[in-house]
Amino acid sequence: MERNEIYNKVVEVCKDVFGNDELVLNEKSCAANVEEWDSLTYLSIISDIEDEFEIKFSLDEITNVKNLGELVVAVMNHIEA
Amino acid sequence: MYSFKELRKAVKLNIDGKKITIAVLGNCATQFFSLAIEGAAKLAEVNLSVVDIDYNQIDAQLLDVDSETYKCEPNVILLWLATEKLYEEFLDSTIDERSSFADIYIKKIKQYWNCIQRNSTAQVIQFNFTEINDNSLGNYSCKVDTTFVYQMRKLNWLLEEAMHENCNVFPVDIKSIQIRLGQSAFYDSTFYYNAKMSVSTKALPYIAESVVSVIKALNGKIKKCIVLDLDNTLWGGVIGDDGINNIEIGELGRGHAYTNFQRWLKQLKECGIILAVCSKNNEETAKEPFLKHDEMILHLDDFSVFVANWDDKASNIRTIQETLNIGMDSMVFIDDNPFERNLVRELIPDIEVPELPEDPAQYLEFLQNSNLFETASFIGKASDRTKLYQAEFERKRAENSYDTIDEYLQSLEMMGQAKPFEESRFSRIAQLTQRSNQFNLRTIRYTEDDIRKISLNPEYVTLFYTLKDKYGDHGLVGVVILRKMDESTLFIDTWLMSCRVLKRGMEEFVINKIIEVAKDKGFSKIYAEYIATNKNMMVRNIYSQMGFVEYEPEKYVIELKDYITKKTYIQEEK
Repeated sequence: MERNEIYNKVVEVCKDVFGNDELVLNEKSCAANVEEWDSLTYLSIISDIEDEFEIKFSLDEITNVKNLGELVVAVMNHIEA
Repeated sequence: MYSFKELRKAVKLNIDGKKITIAVLGNCATQFFSLAIEGAAKLAEVNLSVVDIDYNQIDAQLLDVDSETYKCEPNVILLWLATEKLYEEFLDSTIDERSSFADIYIKKIKQYWNCIQRNSTAQVIQFNFTEINDNSLGNYSCKVDTTFVYQMRKLNWLLEEAMHENCNVFPVDIKSIQIRLGQSAFYDSTFYYNAKMSVSTKALPYIAESVVSVIKALNGKIKKCIVLDLDNTLWGGVIGDDGINNIEIGELGRGHAYTNFQRWLKQLKECGIILAVCSKNNEETAKEPFLKHDEMILHLDDFSVFVANWDDKASNIRTIQETLNIGMDSMVFIDDNPFERNLVRELIPDIEVPELPEDPAQYLEFLQNSNLFETASFIGKASDRTKLYQAEFERKRAENSYDTIDEYLQSLEMMGQAKPFEESRFSRIAQLTQRSNQFNLRTIRYTEDDIRKISLNPEYVTLFYTLKDKYGDHGLVGVVILRKMDESTLFIDTWLMSCRVLKRGMEEFVINKIIEVAKDKGFSKIYAEYIATNKNMMVRNIYSQMGFVEYEPEKYVIELKDYITKKTYIQEEK
């Protein structure tokens, strides 16, 4: 899967969890700049992404991801591995 | 099963109907769980409002009368003590303390229940305990009382005993969900260490469904009757084609699966579920296996209604429903044939029609997992009402042989009783308030504990009614709760009757007795009210018929001196 495709899917999941289709997200989106991004919505995103890509994140991955771009990288690590 | 994602989204749905508030208290993070039960409730058209209390505050919340838990005036308080958290407490305790871990914990839980009963009217939903086997001594752990496995199994047993003694507590068997899904699907360690959530998002929908089914049962939404097909459902093969010697039933081969299915159905009957047959067959052929086959577990007298003919099944199910006088939504239809299932589903949307697996070996496990018969009360042996329904057929038959209804009623030799609530009747009274939908003027649901409190409260006058006739004893069939408004006035808080005894003069008997008791106690006026639901239309005008004056729409009053005693063929048995 191309990075772009993964990125788009991750953005879709985020919008879905935030319940806002209009939201403009980018690689740098994170708790500090997205109002809806909190610990609970982040966990929902993790859970939905795990289902979507049929992968399982490690504790380190979940705690270390700082923004949407890093989340995409974490997904890619699982898919390429 | 819905996914957690679907449940999360369903939280936004708006559902009409009575709002039920539930406060969720846990020793682990419960936010996702709370979302899941709210979503699952809404998808089941239950208007559930969930108040998620911050985790690990159970003691503080329950002890403080002004806490958030009590402030939201919950109908239900849910207690979830996750085993993961208990495990940490267990390991932090000394070896000496470990052997009494379960005993200490059960005391703590009982204190929670006492606090709740003191400070609130809420019912308690209590989760039992999942298991962690830490293999501290390998298999040997099972016999050493200082191991966690030993203590948790003991705790579950103590919990069951304690719940058995407390009628305000309703279990959710989360442990059976853990067993069914398996620990690897049920638990997600990453999730636990990251968010203190003790179950995976995969398990949440199953747990939520379980909680919602308990909440539905607490609010009277229960199944009362299972309608069964015969050929390839209760036995293998077709009796009309294969004949009595070739149908599959017994301990051998495929027959074993049908036998065990019948064993389970027999138990359902003993638990108070009505069994009925709806089969496309000649009646004589359909009854033959029950009469002549030695290995049949179910017998003809296990069925309250037996319908075998060549009419379509939807019409036959309607006949069964009318005979039993219960709601279509309290019936389940079991048939191996997808065509029949679809036809019934199509024509009777309210009936529950499980999508039975093709393989008869899977029937039983599938239906057991479907948890169709959730209930909020159980009165033991007396639950089996099959004989009552069978006697009802005899009455119906007799009814046709008399010229006038009066002659018929006289011939029944009916005897009625009216008494204040008694301890031994509390559970049946509570059960009737939870189950009765049609002849129920205000449809207020009470638990056994509520009934106990009402019976002890001098502000109430209570009556329960029994009825018997020459065909049999109907037992307790009517409940009346009168609340004092002032020294001279009563209000009919509850009047309900079992539908089995309608149109027999019981209504008149009940109201005569209400007036008599009220007069004896020095009251001069009684107010009453009808609250409409979509099921109690039949009693909409009952107060007018009984001589009450409607002073406002659906609100009634009667001056006792104006009451004219109603004619009834029921003799009072003192």
